[in-house]
Parts: sequence; C-alpha cells; structure tokens
Amino acid sequence: MADIMTPALGESVTEATVARWTKKAGDAVRKDEILVELETDKVSLEVAAPADGVLEFIAAEEGATVVPGAVLGRMAEGAAGAKPAPAPAAKKEEPAPAPAPAAAVEAPKAAPVAGAPLAPSAQRIVAENNLDGSAIAGSGKDGRVTKGDAIAALEARANAPAAPAAPSAPREIHEREERVRMTRLRQTIARRLKEAQNNAAMLTTFNEVDMSAVMALRNQYKDSFEKSHGVKLGFMSFFVKAVIHGLKHVPDVNAEIDGTDIIYKNHYDIGVAVGTEKGLIVPVLRDADALSLSGIEKGIGALGKKARDGQLAMDDLQGGTFTISNGGVYGSLMSTPILNAPQSGILGMHKIQERPMAIGGQVVIRPMMYLALSYDHRVVDGQGAVTFLVRVKEAIEDPQRLLLDV
Amino acid sequence: MAQYDVIIIGGGPGGYNAAIRAGQLGLKAAVVEKRVTLGGTCLNVGCMPSKALLHASELYEAATGAEFATLGIDVKPKLNLVQMMKQKAESVTALTKGIEFLFKKNKVEWIKGAGKIAGAGKVEVTAEDGSVSVLEAKNIVIATGSEPSPLPGVAVDQNRIVDSTGALSLPEVPKSLIVIGAGIIGLELGSVWRRLGAEVTVVEFLDRITPGMDAETAKTFQRSLTKQGVQFKLGAKVTGAKAGKSNVSLTVEPVAGGAAETIEAEYVLLAIGRRPFTENLGLDSVGVETDKRGFIPTDHFKTTAPGVWAIGDVILGPMLAHKAEEDAVACIEMIAGKWGHVDYNLVPSVVYTSPEVAWVGKTEEQLKEAGVAYKTGKFPFSANSRAKINHETEGFAKVLADAKTDEILGVHIVGPQAGEMIGEYCVAMAFKAASEDIARVCHPHPTRSEAGRQAAMGVEGWTMQS
Repeated sequence: MADIMTPALGESVTEATVARWTKKAGDAVRKDEILVELETDKVSLEVAAPADGVLEFIAAEEGATVVPGAVLGRMAEGAAGAKPAPAPAAKKEEPAPAPAPAAAVEAPKAAPVAGAPLAPSAQRIVAENNLDGSAIAGSGKDGRVTKGDAIAALEARANAPAAPAAPSAPREIHEREERVRMTRLRQTIARRLKEAQNNAAMLTTFNEVDMSAVMALRNQYKDSFEKSHGVKLGFMSFFVKAVIHGLKHVPDVNAEIDGTDIIYKNHYDIGVAVGTEKGLIVPVLRDADALSLSGIEKGIGALGKKARDGQLAMDDLQGGTFTISNGGVYGSLMSTPILNAPQSGILGMHKIQERPMAIGGQVVIRPMMYLALSYDHRVVDGQGAVTFLVRVKEAIEDPQRLLLDV
Repeated sequence: MAQYDVIIIGGGPGGYNAAIRAGQLGLKAAVVEKRVTLGGTCLNVGCMPSKALLHASELYEAATGAEFATLGIDVKPKLNLVQMMKQKAESVTALTKGIEFLFKKNKVEWIKGAGKIAGAGKVEVTAEDGSVSVLEAKNIVIATGSEPSPLPGVAVDQNRIVDSTGALSLPEVPKSLIVIGAGIIGLELGSVWRRLGAEVTVVEFLDRITPGMDAETAKTFQRSLTKQGVQFKLGAKVTGAKAGKSNVSLTVEPVAGGAAETIEAEYVLLAIGRRPFTENLGLDSVGVETDKRGFIPTDHFKTTAPGVWAIGDVILGPMLAHKAEEDAVACIEMIAGKWGHVDYNLVPSVVYTSPEVAWVGKTEEQLKEAGVAYKTGKFPFSANSRAKINHETEGFAKVLADAKTDEILGVHIVGPQAGEMIGEYCVAMAFKAASEDIARVCHPHPTRSEAGRQAAMGVEGWTMQS
C-alpha cells in the first residue's frame, strides 16, 4: 500500500485544488501513470502513480483543497498482473537503508501545517478529510491539536452550512447571467494585483520610442540570425537588453522593499508576461543579463511554450526582479501596468504604430511605440524612473548603445 | 540570624528536590533534616532499600527455582543474607551521599536537626546535642513526609512485629511471615521474604488486594502472587497481636462477621498504609490546621499561613516519592514567581513485585463511576515475542480511551518491567494523546513495549499480533 501524497508545491504556495482525477477507485494503474491533476495559485501539476497497482480509494475529491503532505488517495501495489515495485516496508529488526518514496513526486518533508506538529492521529484525520490543520483550535499541551480536536473540527464542518464562496452575500443570478467559480489562478491574479495596488505607492511614467532602428536591424539580419541560432529575432530580446541596461543604471528599479529595508538585487531575472487560456502568468527569464539576444529569444520561446502547455514549474514563476508586459500584441496603444509585487518596476510595451513625427523641423512618418513604466515611488524617485525609461528608449532607438554600453 | 529565601523542613524526595530546584533558581535555600542522612524515607527505609532487596531476591529465586534450569543454567545458589543486606546498605549510602553532592553543587545548605516552625518566617532547629537555633526565611516549605500507620492492638516492636523499616533489615529469613495489609509496601516486602524462603500470608481488611488498582489488573496480579505461594486472607480484620519470644500470634476475624481465629508466624509485618508526619512541627504557631487524618490542606501548595508551603506526603494526593518530587518543583517555581503545576491524574503507580504492576490515569471502575464512555484495548504478554523468548509471559497491557475522542484515559500493565513501560504513557497522556497516537508510532522490536502499542491498537480494534 502506498499513500498518494500532495507533493511540495513551491516556496510560497501553501495549498492546491484537486482539479481532476484521471482514475477512479478500483482502477488498475501503471507506475508513473498520471493519477490526479492539482491546480495551485500558479501552476497545474500532475501526480503520478508510485508503482503498478490499483487505486484503492480517493481521499481528496475533485474541488478539494489540499496542503503539501496531505493524502490524496491510496494505492495497493502489485495488483493488475504487474509485479510490485520494489518498495518494501522496513522489515522488523533490519532498518531498510533507503525506503522508497511513497509517491513518484517529491516526498513531503514535514507535517502539513505550520506551528506544532499534529499528533499522528490528528494528522490522519486532517489528511483524510482535507481539514486545515492550522485552523483547528488545539486543546492539548501548549495548544497542540489532539485527535479529539480534529474529530470536533470534522463534526463542525459536517454540521456547518456550506461556507459562502465570498465574504459578501452572493447576489442572485438572473436569467441571462451565468455564475462561474473563479479558477484558483484567477483568484490569485485578482488577489495579487490588488495587493500590489494596496501596498505600493504606484504611479506610471510614459515615453515613446522610435522603433525604426531596431526594425531596420531586424530586417537586415533576421534571416541570417534565424539561420545561425534557429530562433527568430523578435523585438522582445531588444527590450530585455534595454531594460537590463536601464536597471544597471538605475538600481532602485531592480530593488524591493522588505519591511523597513530595501533589498538591491545584483541579478537580473526578468519576468515576461504571457497570456494563456487560463489567464496571465509571468514566467521568469533567469540571469537575463548574461544572455545573448538569441539566448533571450530562445528562453522566452521555451517559457511561452511551457506556459501555453500548462507545464510551468513553480521555479519558472518565482523570484523575478523586474517585469515586462507587452499589451501591444493585443493592439494596446497605451496602458498603465500594475506592479508584480514585490518588484518595484514594470515596463509596458505597446503597439507599434506609424505616426507623423517632427524630426529636424520635418514631419516624418515613424514606427512609434508608447512605453509605460509603472514603479513603486517608495523605492524609486521620479528622476530615477524617468531616467530609466529614457535609457530604455535610447537603447531601442540606437541599439549600438547596447553594444557599447553607453 | 541567618536569613533564607526558603527553608525546607525534611530532606526526602520532596524536600531535597525542592532544595535543588531552589538552588538552580538562585534562591538561598536550606534543608532541615533530623535524620543523619538525606533522602528521607524513600532512600533510607523505603523505595531504595526495598528495590535493592527485590532485585537481589528476584535473582536468587530465578537461580534457585525453575527459571535458571529452564534456560540451561545449572547452579546451586546459597543465600548470604548478610551480604545481601550489606550491598543494600552500600547502595543506599551511595545515594544519600549523592544528594549531599547535589546540595553542594546547587549551593543548598543542609542544617542537621529537627525543624519546627516558630511563628511567621521563623524555623527553630533542635540539633542532636539539644542545642536550639532559630533561622529566618521568607518561605517555609513543609516536606516532612509520612510514617507507617499504626494499628490498634498491633504494637510494632521492630523485633517480631515490624513495620516496613524493620522488614528491610530482618536478621534472618523468617520461616513464616504474616503481612497485615495487601497494599504495595506489604506485597513488595512480602515478596522479598517469600523468595528468600519464608511462608507468607497476607491479611487484608478489604475483599481485594491493592486498593486503587484497576480491579481486573488486581485480580490477575493476585492470581500470579498466589501461584508463587503467597497466601491471602481477604476480608479479614486483625484485632490483636501477641509477640512471643520466637513468634507472634495474631487474632483475626472475618470482616463480614463470624468466629475469630488465631494465626501464628515467626514475624509480622504491619503495612496498612502511611500517615502524614505533621506532629510537633509548630503548625499552630502560624495558624495552620491539619485535617482529621493529619494532612495539611493547601491551595497549590500554599497553606493558610502566608509564606508557609507544604508538599509531598503531608498534603493530599498519592503518597509517592515521584509525586513529592513534582510537588517540589512546582512549589519552588511558584515561590520563585514562575508557573508551577502538577497533574495528580498523571502520577503513575508501580508495584515492584514480579510481575510488576504499573498504571497511570483512571481505572475502569473510576471511569464507570464517572459515567465516562470508554473503549478498551488489551494485549497479553503471552503474544509478545520478547516476553515469550524470555519465558515471562504473565500479564497484559490495557489501554482505556475515551469512546469519542480516543484520548487515553488510563493504562494498566501487569508484567515484568511494567514500571519501565508506563513512562511512555505518562508522556502521551500529558500531551492528551489518543490511543491511535501510540498505535501509529513505531516501537522497537522485539521489546515488551510493543505490547503497549498492540493494546493501543486494540482500542480501535486493529490489534495485529493476537
């Protein structure tokens, strides 16, 4: 027998929703076959069968909320004609040197809740019933949760009316309306955006950039670039380069506030917002300052594909230092992006549009893009923000600056 | 006049632990002890010497009886009672010296003499030579312990009619010994002398042995002792004793009524219990009154007199060394302005006979009387591998748990090393553990402790090994 456990979900992710079971209780499954899909704030992840066998029972039904280490279900190994995976329980008297992990996913390290660990019995009840162990009032020594407390919590839940989905009373649905539960991703987007608005002293500065030079460069080299690197030369790589150029010049924009401290980051991990079917997510291009244009293009391409396929890992989403959002792909001419907390800056790219510009006393048609920098005024001064954005603009208008680092 | 933060009257397990804790917490502390050694009844004439004799006599019996032969060890042992008593005395001396060392280590002063409260904040000490001194203390802790209870008509002469103290130092192995009182002390000391060759009869007023012990456990225990040759006369009242030159005649009559009879033995051990030692302590000088039985009423060790505290056998609760030790720590911590608490429900009891009996928490009888719905899990040592291997399969472990919450309410173990096994359950119960919490914790194999786990499993019906 092997418990199917909720795997570790990532640093800041405390719970997941059971999205879908691909197997029913009683189904025969093969080792590494996907049993259940979980959805977290940031990613979907799959939990595979730890061995050949039969899915005995499902502890966490679809829609249930689970925490890392919580039991999702249980498997009986070795049935279905297949030889059991060699995962013997430790034999008496002879401690097994390396017990096989209970599931194919990373085994959870600790008890599912913060604070005092649950008593073994309470741990079982919490896991089997998807209770929130940390929310149970403990009557044991030093407030520990006893089995009696867990049973009481279970009963309280059974007796309580279904908790309302939202704090406000749900309004009635009219004939031509439809009520759909927000996905966990959408809830998270909503919560985090609002948090960013509430916490930061956020404002936006604008500029515009003449794309002629970058476009010319791109036109001139796009074929040979693709031939050499196997990836198309897009504008995004120039913007990533330009942004890093700017961040190095104005470190405040690459910093974050932590309590009463400011943390300056000497690494440049650039989040690139990607629209997916489920919503907007922001995978992070690591150490982008060390990448060439082709490296950036390849990195963004890989992240974008992973995002659309729902294959992003938590690591892909965490720890960005600055974000670029391109509303231009949808045709936006001008917008004020919201910060990706706890970062202090986000660059908004927009649609390239030919506009008459006055250059040298002449009206000239130029491919123009409005740029927006939303920033946290608590860290970044107006001067810094504007300087940063001008740096980006100059680097795009004259890409040779990037080469010369001026 | 010396001024102390705390003066403790009595250097037994309550007193000496109080003193050590006081020293640890930086209080200027002294212990007044009239005995020439520290350690009180427990070390000098109680737990320690009795365990020395229990251990020695158990090995003697194993060697003389069938046990060694079964194991393939053929020996012809010869009892050397003088040496047995000597090793007992040596161990006791080493232990009492150990406390003297702990006093020095924790800067506790040992004042030799009889202590007596002489008004608020004053302790009068009468030394052996009769000299009297008065000490001053902000706090006085009474830890004078207890003494064997007398029985009208049975005069202890420590010659033919002895109490527990005398029974620890009999000059010879009695041919016959009558123990008055089937309590822990009587059964332990009765066991010692039976193993060494005495014919032992236990006379008990109640119709059961070891009052306070879970009834089922007591029954199993009694059966075991009977098998060993201890005879029991239950529901019998001793009305008189006449000590002769080489024997004692005892008048016994059935409690239920009927004709009295006379029984004889070479020695009689009076062990009907203990009473608090609270006389001549000057309690009246601070207005502290004892209850009818001599106990000092306290509220968390505070007596009615400010600055006067009491712990151990002189206050209510089980009269056990380890209970006094708990009292001591809690009392001193309260004196030091800290938090102190003792849960008497979690004070374990152990009978160090063979088999041992140990328990903590409630008995089935207590639960029934309180109307608590409970579940029982029981596991016999006959199904425990270690017990089988050692040919020690007597007894069982029994776990009582709340029917609804599964919280462990009581644990009763009869069998060798039960006393060592009960500690696990004391910890578990202090943490309000459920039987399942024990059932789901890995225990070493093969050990007797597995029986405790299997019993815990039994509460919810999944005992696996029987």
